[in-house]
Amino acid sequence: MVGIVVVSHSQKVAEGAVELARQMAPEARIAAAGGMEDGSIGTDVSKILAAIEAVEEGDGVVILVDLGSAVMSSEMAMEMLNDSSHVKIIDAPIVEGTIFGSVEASIGSSFEEVVEVLAGAKAYKKF
Amino acid sequence: MATKADVLDFIRVYADKMAEHRQELTDYDQAIGDGDHGINMSRGFKAVMEKLPTVEEKNIDDILKAVGMTLVSTVGGASGPLYGTAFMKAGAAVKGKEELSNEDILLALDEAVGGIQFRGKAVEGEKTILDSMIPAINAIKASLADGKTMAEALVAGESAAWNGVEYTKTIIATKGRASYLGERSIGHQDPGATSMAYAFQAINEVAQKAGN
Repeated sequence: MVGIVVVSHSQKVAEGAVELARQMAPEARIAAAGGMEDGSIGTDVSKILAAIEAVEEGDGVVILVDLGSAVMSSEMAMEMLNDSSHVKIIDAPIVEGTIFGSVEASIGSSFEEVVEVLAGAKAYKKF
Repeated sequence: MATKADVLDFIRVYADKMAEHRQELTDYDQAIGDGDHGINMSRGFKAVMEKLPTVEEKNIDDILKAVGMTLVSTVGGASGPLYGTAFMKAGAAVKGKEELSNEDILLALDEAVGGIQFRGKAVEGEKTILDSMIPAINAIKASLADGKTMAEALVAGESAAWNGVEYTKTIIATKGRASYLGERSIGHQDPGATSMAYAFQAINEVAQKAGN
């Protein structure tokens, strides 16, 4: 199953997005990598790396990010992997993207399919 | 040239500066960003100081890489990956060295600035770290090309870095959190350019003390 990693400056935002997604897709492989080790605001490369490794099972991992250093820290975590060809940072709203991605991954979609669905998450209209 | 002791000295002096100027850097960041630059940098370098005793017996490249790795996992803001990449790239440029020639120092600086450009996808003139770093490196190279000593060149480097900080007051931020402010970012100096100028201040102080 494709893994989902949620990277936010806030531990609560990341965990909250995961909580929402789990309600829709309880079996999804999804990990929160929010905040610093001590819980303060920020993004932490080693926390992100650990989250990727926790959800990776060979089918790829998508990373949802909030802003600024969330992107840079995720890029650094990817560079530390032996093979990042099936790991991708997604430019989509973090909460909606986490939910869409988790649902799509949990029905057994491929890495490419999950990435494609998430590309649409940015254009998704709420009303 | 720089010995390993000089490199360690630079890291300690810079860490002291980040602690000393914590509030000042945070104030600059509060004006145009998310108000955490001083807090983040001082937290990162406090962690570096805790890490340093475990690596100070190693080669210069291992020391610089350890500093970079510590910064990326403890700073928290964008300056973590940016400064972290700079230290790691500088380390990789001087692999296996116990001592740095002037050429090694220039190579390490070039690799560090290249790392920041790659990581931040930024160029000069966008109100970032680069606006003090690039002029400083250019001034050091120009001074050396003029036949000056490294110690003299580093004086010119620090001076160019502070001029770069002044220049950031005149331009609009197009990268990072400050870019949301658009024209309102004019008049404020960039916190990242400022913390980088302190790095060149630290290098300069160490070089004057070491007399090389």
